[in-house]
Amino acid sequence: MFFLDNAWLVPLIPALSFVVILLFGKRMPFKGSEMGIAAVGASFVLACGAAVQWIQRVGDAEEGGTEHAFGAFGAFGRSIGRIGEEATEGEHGPIVESVHNSFTWFQNGGIDLHVGIQIDGLSVMMMFVVTLISLLVHVYSVDYMKGDRRFTYFYAALSLFTASMLLLVVADNTLMLLVGWELVGVCSFMLIGHWWEEKPNSDAAIKAFLTTRTGDVGLLCGVIMTYFVVQQGTGTGSFNIEALNASAAGYLNPVSGTLLFWCAAALLLAIIGKSGQFPLHTWLPDAMAGPTPVSALIHAATMVVAGVYLGARVYPVFYEGLNIGEANINLMAAVGGITVLIGAALAFVQDDIKKVLAYSTISQLGYMVMALGVGAWTAAIFHLFTHAFFKALLFLAAGSVSHSGAHHSFDMKKDMGGLRKYMPQTYVTFIIGTAALMGIFPLAGFWSKDEILLGASEGDYTLFLVVGAVGALMTAAYMTRCIYLTFFGEYRGGDHAHATPHVDEAEHQPDEDDRLPDHGHHGGPHESNRWILAPLWVLAAFSVFAGFFNATWFDIEKFTEWTAPNAEVFVELQHHEFDVLLALISTAIALFGAALAYAYYWRGLGPQRLSERNGLARTGKQFLVNKYYLDVLYTDVIVAFVKGPLARATYWVNQNVIDNVLNYAGKGAMVFGRFTYDVLDQKVVDGAVNGIGTITDSAGSEVRKIQTGRLQFYAFMLVLAVGVFALALWIAA
Amino acid sequence: MEWSEWALSLAVFIPALGAVVTMLIPRAQEEAVKWVALVTTLATLGVVVGILVDFDYDKSGQLQFQVNNDWINVINSRYHIGVDGISLPLLALSAFITVLCVIYSWNHWPEPHNPKAFIVLMLVLEVGMNGTFVAQDLILFFVFFEIVLLPMFFMIGVWGGPNREYASIKFFLFTLFGSAMMLLGFLAIYFKGPNTFDIVALSDWAGQDLTHSTAVLIFGAMFLGFAIKVPMFPFHTWLPDAHTEAPTVGSVLLAAILLKLGTYGFVRIALPILPEAAEDWAPFIGLLAVIGIIYGALGCLAQTDMKRLIAFSSVAHMGFVMLGIATMTSFGINAAIFGMVAHGLITGMLFFVAGSVQHNFHTREMSRLGGLLTQAPKMGWILGFCAMASLGLPGLAGFWGEFPALLSAFEPLSTLSEETFRTYMVIAAIGTVLAAGYLLWMLSKVAFGTPKAEFADAEIHDVNAFEWTAWLPILLLIVALGIFPNLLFGVTDDAVCVMTDKISEQVGADSTCDEGGDTVPVAEHE
Repeated sequence: MFFLDNAWLVPLIPALSFVVILLFGKRMPFKGSEMGIAAVGASFVLACGAAVQWIQRVGDAEEGGTEHAFGAFGAFGRSIGRIGEEATEGEHGPIVESVHNSFTWFQNGGIDLHVGIQIDGLSVMMMFVVTLISLLVHVYSVDYMKGDRRFTYFYAALSLFTASMLLLVVADNTLMLLVGWELVGVCSFMLIGHWWEEKPNSDAAIKAFLTTRTGDVGLLCGVIMTYFVVQQGTGTGSFNIEALNASAAGYLNPVSGTLLFWCAAALLLAIIGKSGQFPLHTWLPDAMAGPTPVSALIHAATMVVAGVYLGARVYPVFYEGLNIGEANINLMAAVGGITVLIGAALAFVQDDIKKVLAYSTISQLGYMVMALGVGAWTAAIFHLFTHAFFKALLFLAAGSVSHSGAHHSFDMKKDMGGLRKYMPQTYVTFIIGTAALMGIFPLAGFWSKDEILLGASEGDYTLFLVVGAVGALMTAAYMTRCIYLTFFGEYRGGDHAHATPHVDEAEHQPDEDDRLPDHGHHGGPHESNRWILAPLWVLAAFSVFAGFFNATWFDIEKFTEWTAPNAEVFVELQHHEFDVLLALISTAIALFGAALAYAYYWRGLGPQRLSERNGLARTGKQFLVNKYYLDVLYTDVIVAFVKGPLARATYWVNQNVIDNVLNYAGKGAMVFGRFTYDVLDQKVVDGAVNGIGTITDSAGSEVRKIQTGRLQFYAFMLVLAVGVFALALWIAA
Repeated sequence: MEWSEWALSLAVFIPALGAVVTMLIPRAQEEAVKWVALVTTLATLGVVVGILVDFDYDKSGQLQFQVNNDWINVINSRYHIGVDGISLPLLALSAFITVLCVIYSWNHWPEPHNPKAFIVLMLVLEVGMNGTFVAQDLILFFVFFEIVLLPMFFMIGVWGGPNREYASIKFFLFTLFGSAMMLLGFLAIYFKGPNTFDIVALSDWAGQDLTHSTAVLIFGAMFLGFAIKVPMFPFHTWLPDAHTEAPTVGSVLLAAILLKLGTYGFVRIALPILPEAAEDWAPFIGLLAVIGIIYGALGCLAQTDMKRLIAFSSVAHMGFVMLGIATMTSFGINAAIFGMVAHGLITGMLFFVAGSVQHNFHTREMSRLGGLLTQAPKMGWILGFCAMASLGLPGLAGFWGEFPALLSAFEPLSTLSEETFRTYMVIAAIGTVLAAGYLLWMLSKVAFGTPKAEFADAEIHDVNAFEWTAWLPILLLIVALGIFPNLLFGVTDDAVCVMTDKISEQVGADSTCDEGGDTVPVAEHE
């Protein structure tokens, strides 16, 4: 089991690549990009190897040939923890234990805390997705970022990001997961602010970091609580994820329900911050200030799903803490459900193609969190899997449009339109991505979205079934609008002089030492070259076929099988039978949404320009354009208050109250102690001044008079206070 | 004589010897003075490295390299020195940072120049710092603690900024007041207790014969002494002034080592000698600590001067250290020591960078700065790195001071109130967001954007060879400690456990250390 046991190599290679690119990148023939591609390529191969071996392991287990390689962590198993559990084991299918490899990280309070890897279906799946998309983005960026002023740093940061994300994925304990989590946040910060000369970019970077950091208050507290959940469950505190899951699922000593609830709530806050859930989603659209490949990799396919991954990884905490199994509404489902709708609604009023996709991402992440919330664990991670491909595809295609068709602008209304003629391949891949996102049969999104709806319908979560269906309708409509504005109608870009380049990418011009031939930055719209198209087609292929891993209609449930968590330490997962009616309805809804948008934009049917005529519609649109005023609330109210009045008031208190408190007291005391004061003034403070004077003179400098009498009060008060305290001690004794 | 009997004395007094030698060299011979300083501090570091090598890490809970000789017999005070896992990292930090300060200063002497006097002060400072960390006798501790005061006073008062006299006297009087209180506490312990100043003996005695109220009062006296040095809210107002006015090296030493004398005093003296009083004081100390975290961060947000901002951030960071100490648990005190070292490295580094920025631009006003990354990219990246380390990014040293402190606040000593400390935990966790806020805003003002018009054509030097030599070891250590926290936890843990177990026993609380310390926690179930 080489690839599984040594999966720690997968994050290590890009980490080393980061160091190499940082130190030597500028001197390499391709300025570090070859190093990044090679490293991620190697990681991808290892991840594929791990995937193959994992699938074999699952296969072996099914044949009953598995050796129960009870590692150190087998002790948490429920087959040991509960009596008479063997009888039910059959129902859960074979038990496939995850692979562990760890060593002591640090020792505290006599307890050794470990750093190590936990490889199971979930982490193998994530490794595959992260390395694949990262590899494609690396390749894509060779052309897209060509001539960028910080080309080498860009690749260094991509490598560091990939390493951090993989670290997060393979972590076997929540603390290590937290480390990866924060590191991807920093990489996101670095890459959003890649063009930090312009203030909007660095502001967007800071906003992203601070908003997710707000969520990370939850993560800090939540991870701390996981330690104590394990302590209650096993008797000894630990961050180990399997121990946590087994404790939370109730297979060990009982764990306080209150603790589990708060732990789940705190971790949910972390998910809200990282995965762009309402109400902390506002950073994600701003994060589009970064280069497009970054948006595809970090802000669509990988980093933003870290929250969902966390939710899936420690699912028993949520399941038990929020009582998902028995309720028909809970915090997690509610957050996800709201996000589905508010994200989709905002996508309608965006002119910037990347922002449409960003809000779409928010909405889709909402689906995943909602799926976790309604108990559909497999559906959530399956949607994570498929979404990564088609959303990365859409972003990269949008980048291609901007790069070769719209003079680096992302404004659909001003600089795009009619591009299907000029960029046929980009157009086709974009259509495939869109169809997958809409959930059109038989593309990837169809299967995963269907499972989420199925999950909601089979629990008592009918409300969320409706939310999911409405979300599907909206998704289809806003994506159709997006396609219309970008690829249909007349080309509005004009020549270069009339284009209004996106401020963030305006300076994206070749350097003098750019050795590759210019490929037509200044020409009219044209198709991108193969560095860009190749990743698009690969992703398009996955967007078409990835869903068949779990094509439940045809009784293919490989994905479920392969990612199934070790039932010994996990809560029991629901299993859903394919429902043809539901699938038909959801597809019909999506098609209806697309048809509505088609009728509105192509045929000019329906109330055109309603918001110009109707006050109510105008207000509604205004509300959407202003993003529900959440940005105003956060930036102009909360942040401005903390940075402005609150900070200033604190500092004022510092300077005028605390700093002077001894002065005031001294003034009062002076009335009583005139004589002492005079003596002190002459002997103590002047003495001190003279003392400095002597030294300063020898150092060749003049001493000025002490500026105020404040210090004299200080001196007096200090001596007085010591005296009083001495007296107090004396009396107390 | 055995090396182990001399090692610590050497580490403390080699700098004193160097100071004497320096004084004998004529002022004009600056090169000679500099070389003496370098050799002295390197020799001291060499001795400390020797101690690090010879230290028995399996017995880090015991005092090693002990010397216990007669000193002032009439008051029963002895020359008792030694190191254990708690003091060793701090001693090493002190010796390490001093060398780097000498290297950084090589061509960077602050006005009014005079390297000779500056170096004498720096070496005397090192005597005091090293001595404080090895002293095992209260009077000896007090003497070293006070030795530190004067050199820093003169460093600020002579080589400082425009407002130096005010800042230096404020610094002096504040700390002197604290010291007086502390001495009062020590004397009270001597007369009320077993007539000894020996810290080891007093830790075994642990305040047993004192009435509770007396113990609480004595603790209060020591609290004031240490809290002013830390400095804890609301005794911190000397700090921003001192830092703002101090020369770069003075700020670095102040932040990296001097502040730790206070927190070290809590860990070494206040808690073990008066555990029951400490238990009474703990919620209050915790409260001041979390107030300090939020208050320091808000203070930072109001600053326009880069160096003053970094100074204020110390108030917040030391709040985390004090929160860890206030929990009185093994986790918390381990975190506190880690936090001390990490803060010493990171904030020291930030002051170095701030000093070089000022050297280049002759201003620290953030509104005038900008685009450091374009003009001096390496310095800009280092500033960014330090900002990330300072905001507690996991994978870098700062995190390991903060996270375990928060964790310990979730479950403080069993006789302390859980609700209170959990509230502190949440407040402190919110403080991490504010920390990210002020550090990133500082970074974006100083490093991002394009240079302001007044400096657009200025010739800005990027990191030079002396700066690299002084900085690289710190930067590497920040990364190394972040990735392998056991480098430090492994040293401190046993010593901390010995101490906290004693404290737990004294106050009748559950032990916060796991006996076995075995690798795999195996569940207990039938």
